[in-house]
Amino acid sequence: MAGFSGFNKWKWVFIFLAPSLFGILLFIVYPIGTSLWLAFNDWNLLSPPEFTGLANFQALAVDADFWRALGYTLQFIVLYVPSVFVLGLALALFLNQKVRGMLFVRTTTFLPVVASWVVVSLIWKWIFNPAYGLVNYGLQLIGITGPAWLFEPQTALYAMVITSIWKDVGYIALLYLGGLQNISETYYEAARIDGATRTQSLRHITLPLLTPTMFFVAITLLINYFQMFDQVWLMPMRDSAADRQLEVIVTQVVTNAFSYNRMGYASAMSWVLFAIIFAITFVQLRLQNRWVHYESD
Amino acid sequence: MLRKFGLFLTAVVLLALFSTAAAQDTTTIRYFTFSAAPDHLEDLDTIVQAFQAENPDITVEVSSAPFADYFTLLQADVVSGDTPDVFELNYENFVTYAANNTLLDIGSMVSADAPFYPRALEAFQYQGTQYALPETFSTVLLFYNADLFDQAGIDYPTADWTWADATEAATAIKALGDDVWGLYSPTQFWEFYKKAGQNGECQFFNADMTESTINSPACVSTLETMVNFMNDGLMPTAAQLSGVSDSELFLSGKVGMLVTGIWMFDAFADAPFNWDVQVEPMINQHANHFFANGVAVSAATANPEAAAKWAEFLTSSETAATVRVDSAWELPALDQPAYFEAYLEKTPPANRAAVFQALENPVTPPVIERQSEMQDAVNALLTQVADGELSAQDALDQAKTALDALLP
Repeated sequence: MAGFSGFNKWKWVFIFLAPSLFGILLFIVYPIGTSLWLAFNDWNLLSPPEFTGLANFQALAVDADFWRALGYTLQFIVLYVPSVFVLGLALALFLNQKVRGMLFVRTTTFLPVVASWVVVSLIWKWIFNPAYGLVNYGLQLIGITGPAWLFEPQTALYAMVITSIWKDVGYIALLYLGGLQNISETYYEAARIDGATRTQSLRHITLPLLTPTMFFVAITLLINYFQMFDQVWLMPMRDSAADRQLEVIVTQVVTNAFSYNRMGYASAMSWVLFAIIFAITFVQLRLQNRWVHYESD
Repeated sequence: MLRKFGLFLTAVVLLALFSTAAAQDTTTIRYFTFSAAPDHLEDLDTIVQAFQAENPDITVEVSSAPFADYFTLLQADVVSGDTPDVFELNYENFVTYAANNTLLDIGSMVSADAPFYPRALEAFQYQGTQYALPETFSTVLLFYNADLFDQAGIDYPTADWTWADATEAATAIKALGDDVWGLYSPTQFWEFYKKAGQNGECQFFNADMTESTINSPACVSTLETMVNFMNDGLMPTAAQLSGVSDSELFLSGKVGMLVTGIWMFDAFADAPFNWDVQVEPMINQHANHFFANGVAVSAATANPEAAAKWAEFLTSSETAATVRVDSAWELPALDQPAYFEAYLEKTPPANRAAVFQALENPVTPPVIERQSEMQDAVNALLTQVADGELSAQDALDQAKTALDALLP
């Protein structure tokens, strides 16, 4: 690569990067910068933005709707994340067995993952229908009168947690499966020679060597579910209490931006959400040394 | 390769230059609509052709979007400085646009003898200025299943009914079976401000719009009237409906009376039972919804005269009115009984005259700049009352706090 040094080299680097750099600057960096600026403004789209300093953040601090939305988001995460974390692992251990027909089973568990939320929510809305749905029919057979599920905020939250687990568990299992298949067979052979039982192998080989995958799963789950939107937007029954009261942070952002025309306020809300996610991810990264084992360690 | 592209570019530029030169004789007006999409675009085109025939120097370019997307797109146009010359607004959004100086004062540009309903014309004034023209109106009536009334052996609703009479009839109909309901009247913002009008004493805001009065004793009693239908078991709750819409419930013949809009006439035309309409019962007085769409001219238009001319033709010409009535689109907000003869003759319902009777006591929604926020806040609290989580008084006390915070 004689002659390709200094300015000359960087020029070519820039030229080759330009097409994608242009897209990133225009569609990612510029909107992020604008939203940060808007967070300090009052803008209803129809009149020019008006600088209001920290007013949006001050209003957020005392906005009961925002705190309620944050509460529902946290409740959802507390119920959903540990469940899908454990169930995904259990499913992966099951799918990792070498049995005839396993490929078919693996494919089946992945189907809900590729289905769109619109389709999934239509199906589960019917399953959770208090009068015609499968769930309450099943409960009735064992003598329980089922709740109104997607009509009430609290039961709607449970219904959405169940639906989300069903939809995502295949994806989480796939991630674990990748981790499982990366663990070298030699460890298990050595353990067998030393007379380890299957439980001991699981506890002392599989789980420790799976911690990098677990770490990745935990981080992406938390990031994704602080930003959850689809199920909350789609699933509650129209005009019901759940529809009018169950909000998470991103549905609040969308409503404020596009129904209430409060672009500045919605931007401020997005930045608070960013700060929350950033803080949580930061803590997770700091704690990683305590429990994550990489194979090379 | 580059040279070919250059040639292509030159061709495009030349073409663009030529077409603007050719178009200079005529003025082009861009019109943006939600009410025509998707079912009435051809009817709109009929109106456009008639207008262009009368005004050969003006061309109307129509674009449309469904209601759900319309206001997002319109906002985007306004923000980017590309506002259509003429566009539709519903009454609730009108104030927001008028207050933000996006609309042209067209009062002086419209002929004084255009036959608008005076009340409809007033609805599109903001601080005394005519910022839009009323295009169409709609209202809500009491729809009733005559067969269920016959089975229960009771008389049909009359125009003098109060909600006490309706409750009595609903009780008789409810007794017909476990899966039959007496009546359905939605528990939401729009029903509430109208029933407030029927009470007469309940106002959402004080006269100078500085404070909400939504928790006054009259409003509390109005809300109690609304939720008592449900508490008395005459009206199904949302969970009891289980996702069946109120119109589906009516069509299945399982409800005696339904409070809904006249836009349901066509959907109910083939119902397998006899039904008719009546003006809504009173609490203390008659009050009926007056929903209106208006047509406004952008403050930024380059051709105000041509734009206003189109707005006037679209809203008040005989051609436009006839096309709307004949195609069962929406009713023009015009004080011209002759235009409505064909509409009145159609059945069901037999008592179509109730539509115009309702117009004698119109109520328009309380409108503030932060309209959607007010509606959502009130709706959320009304649901809590309907679910028995809050008393009417508690909910309206909370509503007052919320509404006060939304006032400027």
